[in-house]
Amino acid sequence: MTDEHEESETHRRATEIAAGLAHLEGPLLPILHAVQHEFGCVPEDAIRAIAKVLNLGRAEVHGTMTFYPDYRQEPGGARTLKLCRAEACQSMGGDALADEARRILGIDFHETTADGALTLEPVYCLGLCACAPAAMLDHEVHGRVTPETIGRLATGVGA
Amino acid sequence: MTRVYVPRDAAALALGADAVVVALETEAAVRGLDLEIVRNGSRGMIWLEPLVEVETDAGRVAYGPITADDVPGLLDAGLLTGGEHALGHGPTEAIPFFARQTRLTFARCGVTDPLSLEDYEAHGGLKGLRAAIAMAPADVVQAVTDSGLRGRGGAGFPTGIKWRTVLETSADRKYIVCNADEGDSGTFADRMIMEGDPFVLIEGMVISGLAVEATKGFIYVRSEYPHAIEALESAIATASAHGILGPDVLGSGRAFDLEVRVGAGAYVCGEETSLLNSLEGKRGIVRSKPPLPAHEGLFGKPTVINNVISLASVPVILAEGPAAYQEYGVGRSRGTIPIQLAGNVKHGGLFEAAFGMTLGELVDDVCGGTLSGRPVKAVQVGGPLGAYFPRALFDTPFDYEAFAAKDGLIGHAGVTIFDDTADMLSQARFAFEFCAVESCGKCTPCRIGSTRGVETIEKIRQGEDVPAQIELIEDLCETMKYGSLCALGGFTPYPVMSVLNHFRDEVVPAPQETPAR
Repeated sequence: MTDEHEESETHRRATEIAAGLAHLEGPLLPILHAVQHEFGCVPEDAIRAIAKVLNLGRAEVHGTMTFYPDYRQEPGGARTLKLCRAEACQSMGGDALADEARRILGIDFHETTADGALTLEPVYCLGLCACAPAAMLDHEVHGRVTPETIGRLATGVGA
Repeated sequence: MTRVYVPRDAAALALGADAVVVALETEAAVRGLDLEIVRNGSRGMIWLEPLVEVETDAGRVAYGPITADDVPGLLDAGLLTGGEHALGHGPTEAIPFFARQTRLTFARCGVTDPLSLEDYEAHGGLKGLRAAIAMAPADVVQAVTDSGLRGRGGAGFPTGIKWRTVLETSADRKYIVCNADEGDSGTFADRMIMEGDPFVLIEGMVISGLAVEATKGFIYVRSEYPHAIEALESAIATASAHGILGPDVLGSGRAFDLEVRVGAGAYVCGEETSLLNSLEGKRGIVRSKPPLPAHEGLFGKPTVINNVISLASVPVILAEGPAAYQEYGVGRSRGTIPIQLAGNVKHGGLFEAAFGMTLGELVDDVCGGTLSGRPVKAVQVGGPLGAYFPRALFDTPFDYEAFAAKDGLIGHAGVTIFDDTADMLSQARFAFEFCAVESCGKCTPCRIGSTRGVETIEKIRQGEDVPAQIELIEDLCETMKYGSLCALGGFTPYPVMSVLNHFRDEVVPAPQETPAR
């Protein structure tokens, strides 16, 4: 099935990434991480490229990719805010904070603000359970989060 | 030159440690002060983070919690000579929360620069590995068995027995896999040791490799821990450059290589067989056992799979001898356990102690109760699959068997405190919800039962024939417990049933008096 998919720039670049990591033992997750890092998601053409390099079925790569919450099929916002919804944060008012966050950002979980600046995702534990509630903006961690923190972070990213 | 310590631990960063460093550097430049800032791990007193320490003639002195705005005032008060300040706590190790602990696994955490191999060795690092190199593999395994160390990830399986099985299984290739997929809410010990003393985990894994004749190790870290990943990558590069990893471990003629692998947000991959599938590049679906991973693990090869804390406890066991470790603890729970005090907690953080302290001592004396100041209603021990204990069970000692006897589990030793505003029925519902979100889908009771559980709890909430719903939940929990391959489906009944058993009055509304006609 040589078609337009194999001629796309995405396919070419994903092939390069996959080939560069194919020597690892169990290379699929590292490749998916690297592809998502490059494109902000794992596009269909990249799945085809990875499958070809690893000699796997497309269904197998797709099946693995969709099992894991971290991998996206469509790009998210420029930045991602993960808000912890687990028990330690619940004990410190995490549920009410989540409602406030949705109200402040005007989006629900798994959604992106209209300007594409911020995606809101739930996370089940950031290991910041003694300074709950906790959140992470990309890799930047925040403890004892309040609605004001959410507002400040949203303003900071222009959401 | 004065040495000032500001932690790089994620909890300290989450509370503003980087801004404190910037403020210190700025003020030092303006005032012409000669100071060296060391980014250490956390001492574990999270309510005091960012905890700034200064090295004085009288030892290290603590100040916290410090914000960037506090820095000029602190310097005015003589921070660099341990001067008095409202946020000062005197010698760090004399702070009661710290002084009451027995730090074996976390001995260096918060003390050293976690990325300095020199610091690591100066504080007793590599002593265990050197001892192991001089021993026969079977003797290393015996030492770990004799120490009484049991899996700190939650299952509590004797580590030495697991290692022996792998040693006795011959194969062309064997693996050591470190389970660093610490997804349980209320736990952060793995994260803290990986960020605060990564070399100790590396050392533990190399010892494990020598003991079972494995030559390759993987650390599977959850993606939610970017700072731990960074610290491990850096420490592994240093260890490789200094011959601790590679073809000839410290001149022993034996090889061991180590790689960090990053998870992708699936809680169930903390289950050992899911984790192995994930490492192999597959969906993180649970495998049936047998075969045990010790016989057929990663890529079908004999594999030691241990939690971070289990592996990080091995160096001190080899360095000080199994008898010294084994002396701590009670019953069949030997040694120390890093307990994580979390949630609505006044003095929260990491507290390493010998097994045997009661839950009440921990919650009331060590933590000082809740942050909100309200009465403690419940504590969940062992993460999302652990039971909620009411005050009536606070005499339970921290011991695997004692918790099991009360239908609970220690798990990874996270203790999450809830005050009297907690809605216990919601907590039971969440246990089912979480299971529904995270189920890998292999076992029907877990995949479908969890969703039915959410619906049934909703009916209880609506007051719809409550006794019948409770009976259904009990039956469902029985099915999930015995009909699931792994702890996700099998243990979700613990939090649910603990709410039904210990907080019954919240589940079944008090009978209304029939109005007189």
